[in-house]
Amino acid sequence: MSNVSLSINGTQYEVPKELTVLEAARTVGIDIPTLCFLKDINEVGACRVCVVEVEGARALQASCVLPVREGMVINTNNNRVRKARKSTVELLLANHNRECTTCVRSKNCELQSVSEELGIRDIRYSGAKREGSFDDLSPSIIRDSSKCILCGRCVSACKNVQGIGILDFTNRGFETTVGPAFDMSMKDVPCIYCGQCMVVCPVGALSEKPSTQFVWDVLEDKTKHVIVQSAPAVRAALGEEFGYPIGTNVTGKLATALRKLGFDKVFDTNWAADVTIMEEGTELLGRIQNGGVLPMITSCSPGWVRYIEFQYPELLPHLSSCKSPQNMFGALAKSYYAEKHGIDPKDIVVVSVMPCTSKKSEIVRPELEVNGTRDVDISITTRELALMIKEARLEFDKLEEGTFDAFMGDYTGAGVIFGATGGVMEAALRTVADVLSGEDLENVDYVAVRGLEGIKEATVNIGGLDVKIAVAHNTTNAGILLDKIKSGEADYHFIEVMACPGGCVNGGGQPIQPANVRNVIDIRAERAKALYSEDASLSVRKSHKNPEIKKLYDEYLGKPNSHKAHELLHTHYVSREKFPL
Amino acid sequence: MTKNYLTEEKFAKLHEVIESHKDMQGPLMPILHEAQHIFGAIPLEVQKTISEKMNVPLAEIYGVVTFYSQFTLEPKGEFLISICLGTACYVRGAQQLIDKVVELTGVGVGKTSLDGKYSLEATRCIGACGLAPVLTVNEDVYGRLVVADIPGIIQKYNG
Repeated sequence: MSNVSLSINGTQYEVPKELTVLEAARTVGIDIPTLCFLKDINEVGACRVCVVEVEGARALQASCVLPVREGMVINTNNNRVRKARKSTVELLLANHNRECTTCVRSKNCELQSVSEELGIRDIRYSGAKREGSFDDLSPSIIRDSSKCILCGRCVSACKNVQGIGILDFTNRGFETTVGPAFDMSMKDVPCIYCGQCMVVCPVGALSEKPSTQFVWDVLEDKTKHVIVQSAPAVRAALGEEFGYPIGTNVTGKLATALRKLGFDKVFDTNWAADVTIMEEGTELLGRIQNGGVLPMITSCSPGWVRYIEFQYPELLPHLSSCKSPQNMFGALAKSYYAEKHGIDPKDIVVVSVMPCTSKKSEIVRPELEVNGTRDVDISITTRELALMIKEARLEFDKLEEGTFDAFMGDYTGAGVIFGATGGVMEAALRTVADVLSGEDLENVDYVAVRGLEGIKEATVNIGGLDVKIAVAHNTTNAGILLDKIKSGEADYHFIEVMACPGGCVNGGGQPIQPANVRNVIDIRAERAKALYSEDASLSVRKSHKNPEIKKLYDEYLGKPNSHKAHELLHTHYVSREKFPL
Repeated sequence: MTKNYLTEEKFAKLHEVIESHKDMQGPLMPILHEAQHIFGAIPLEVQKTISEKMNVPLAEIYGVVTFYSQFTLEPKGEFLISICLGTACYVRGAQQLIDKVVELTGVGVGKTSLDGKYSLEATRCIGACGLAPVLTVNEDVYGRLVVADIPGIIQKYNG
C-alpha cells in the first residue's frame, strides 16, 4: 500500500492513496461534515455538505467521493467552504417540512445535527416547497416525502444492499422525489417491510407505523391479560436508546422495564426460539430421512418470507412450514398458557417487542391465527419500546436487573443467538447433532456459521451424515442462493436466511445510529457480540435441554411436529403478485 | 385515451425489442425509446413488462421515464395543444390562455383527455416571440392571442 503526500489546512500528511479526501481528513483527525454519505451504502456525493476547497480546482469538491492525489492542497475550513455548506443546508431546510418538535426523529436527525453544527440560525431562502406525499397504508412503514432530503440512502439500501429496489428517484429538478414507482403505496409494491430504508434515513421521511398507544390502551384495560414477549435482538440494542455503548446486553433491565410498564406476564421470545428449533430441527430431519424437499430454508424472518413470496414463489416448498418464534409464542400463549392458567384466550393480548418492522405485517397475515384469534395482537419495535419507557419516565439505567417470568420465559443459549446471522443455523445444528448422534455432544460452537460474510457455507458431519448448510443475510445474498437452487447448482440440506444485513440485531426496528457512528463502528458485529457472550454464559445452550420446553412437549404438544404442534406452530405461504394494481 | 393502444401486437413487438437488446450494455434507454415509439407512451403495463423481462426494478424504470421529457406515461391525444410559456408569451398573458383551454377541454397541463382527443402541454420558448402569446395545435400556429380567441380555436377541432 503506497502513500501520497498532501496538505490539509496547512499541514503536510502522508495518507494511503486509496482513500478519499474525506477519509484522509478523518484519518488525521480533521472532521468534515457529511449528510448523504453513509459508509459502504451510499457514497454518491449528492448533497454537497462535505465540500472542501482544493487548490487549482475552480469549484468546491465533494470530499466523500474525491480520491486523494499526490501534492493536493486542501482546505476544509475557511469562509468559502463554511458558507457553501451553510447555503446548501439552508436550501435543504427551506424545502423541508420543519415540524421538528413533533417529528419521530426529533433529537436523532442528521439534518438537525448538521444544521446545528454549521451554526445555522436563520434560513435566508423562502419559496416554493415541493409537494409531499404521505403514505401510511402499509402495516409497517410510513413514508413522508415532505421530509425527504433526496440523499438517496434509502434508494441505495433497498436497491444495492437488499437487491429489491422499491424506492428510487422520480422526476427531475425541483420536482424530484424519492418513492415507489407511480407514487404507489408501500402496500402495493413488493416491499418486504424490512425497514432498512428507515434505519439509514437521516431524517423522518421513513419511519415505522407506530403502535404504542394500542399497547397503553390494553395495559389499562382491566378485562385483558396482557402478555409481552421480547425478541433476542432487542436486548442487544435497547440500551443504545439510553446512552449505553453499542453492544451492551441489557436483558435484566429489559425484563424489569417491561414489568414496570404493567404487563401481566413478561416472557421471552427466546423461549419460543427454542420451540422453533424443536419443530424446525424435526422437520429438517424428516425431510432428509423421507426424501422431502431440500434444501429446507428457515422461515423466522418475515421480511425474507415476503421476499421469496414475491420474487421466487416457485421455491416456496423449500421454506420450513414453521411459524416464526414470534408467532409460535403467540399461538402457545393463547392455547398452552391459557389452558394451564385457566384464562380465556379471548382475554389474552399478546404484545411482541421486535427488532423488526416486518413483524408488524407478519402478525396480520390471515393464516396466522388459530380458532379465530390472532397469534400476536400488537407488535412494537425496539425503538417504540424505548419510547414507552421514556413516556413512563422510567430511569432505565437505574432499573434493577430482573428476570423473565417462568413458564414461557426460560431460554437457552440457542434461543439467544437467533438474533444474529447464523444463529438459527447454529442453534438447529446443536439440537440436530444430538438427535442424530444420540449423544449429548459437548461441542456446541459452530463458528463457521458466525460472522458477517454475506454467504457462509459449511459441511458438518453429524452422526455420520454430511449435512451441507448455507447461511445468507440480506436479500441480495438470499437471491444468489435461490438462483443456485433454481439452477440445480445447490446441494445444501439446510439454509438460514435473514432479510436484514447482519440478521435481527440490525433489523429495521432497532435503534437508529447516525452515519458518524456507523462510519466507525460495525453495529451488526457489536450487537451480535452481546448475544454470543450471553449464549456462552448460559449453562444450557441447546434448545432441547430447556426444561420448560421439555415440559411443553411432555404435558401439551406430545412430540415435535405432532398433530397438535402442526395445528399451532406451522403455517403456509402464498405466492404474491408484485404489483397488484 | 382508453387502453386499446396496448394491443397484443404491440406487446409482441416489445418482446422482440427486449430480446434483441438483452445482452447489450445499458439496454434500458434504447428499450424505452423503442417502447415509446411502439405504444406512443410508456404506461404502467409496459413498464411492468420491461421490469420483469429485464429484471430491473419498476421504480428504476419509472425514475428514468419521468426524468427524460421524451418519454411519456400516457399517449398524446389526436390534437396536441402546446402553449408557449417562454418569457415573451408569459408576460403577454399565456397563463390565462392555458386556464381557458383547461376550462374548455377539461384537460390539465401535461394530460390527455379521456377520449384521447386533446393533449395539453406548456412548452418553453418556441422561437415565435414576435407572435406572443403563441399556441400551436399539432402543426397549426396561432399567434397574438387573447383569451377570447380560444373558444373559436377549440371549436375548429371539436367538429
